[in-house]
Amino acid sequence: MKGPEIGWYLGVAGLLFTTGALGVLIRRSPLIVLLSLEIMLNGGNLALIAASRHYGRADGQIFALAVMAVAASEVVVGLGLIVAMARRRLTLDVDKLTTLRG
Amino acid sequence: MIVAASASNVVVWIVWIGAAIACIGSAIAVVSFSNPFYSALALIGNLGSLAVLYLLLSAEFVAAAQVLVYAGAVMVMFLFVIAYLGGHADTPWAGGPRWQTLAAIGAAAALFVEILVVIAIDASSHFSTQAQITSAFGSPAQIGELFLTDHLLAFELTSIVLLIAAIGGVILGAHSRRAAQEETHPRPGMTFTTRASEEPQ
Repeated sequence: MKGPEIGWYLGVAGLLFTTGALGVLIRRSPLIVLLSLEIMLNGGNLALIAASRHYGRADGQIFALAVMAVAASEVVVGLGLIVAMARRRLTLDVDKLTTLRG
Repeated sequence: MIVAASASNVVVWIVWIGAAIACIGSAIAVVSFSNPFYSALALIGNLGSLAVLYLLLSAEFVAAAQVLVYAGAVMVMFLFVIAYLGGHADTPWAGGPRWQTLAAIGAAAALFVEILVVIAIDASSHFSTQAQITSAFGSPAQIGELFLTDHLLAFELTSIVLLIAAIGGVILGAHSRRAAQEETHPRPGMTFTTRASEEPQ
């Protein structure tokens, strides 16, 4: 095969996933938490497509497209929630949303 | 012939290294920019460089869908909402006590080390042989055939998920508008918690 082996692609996918997880954990703005979630989903997608190429079966690409659709749905609901928060004049800070805290 | 093959191999490596560095660099930029608008722009770069990696893996249809749907439609919606909300910047590592940030970095590093260990363990046994593929691999024709034969159930369920998300978005928008109206013009005896009583009107 031309170019790098699957292990290199998986390493990049793991680094992307980790970066996204770090963003979800340390950022306060819900908008950037959503963006970091997109990075995590894309890390997973890259791993799926690399495995699909490695085994020569396109089923992994189907899975990646399904993940893309789920990501689009997640963006719709997440942005809807953020706009609803902004309309009620709540601060856009995930640490301040403590109404459901037990 | 061998020289030509190795030359194209070098080109693929150079493109791969460029795309991988752009991908990881823009991901770190998304996490560390304080302005959400710049973060969203960096995410567009991230999605574009990922599409290059998909092309190197001969997943042409997924790369096209990535650019059109993700970097196009989804990110435009993101930028629209960020512009609507006015994109107030919060400082990247602020908020919460310091130990929380350190613990988050530690957790992310542990996750990455775990992934690397799994890859290193599998690299010797599973990654050695790679399947040969035809030029039709990853083409729209093959993806479409798989979607409508082997993965028909997943296809239909995906459409239902998208429909539910669209309905959820509409309901969230309608609720928040009514709530905002009642907040600015409160009607007597009407609070958010007694919303059910206004349904018969």
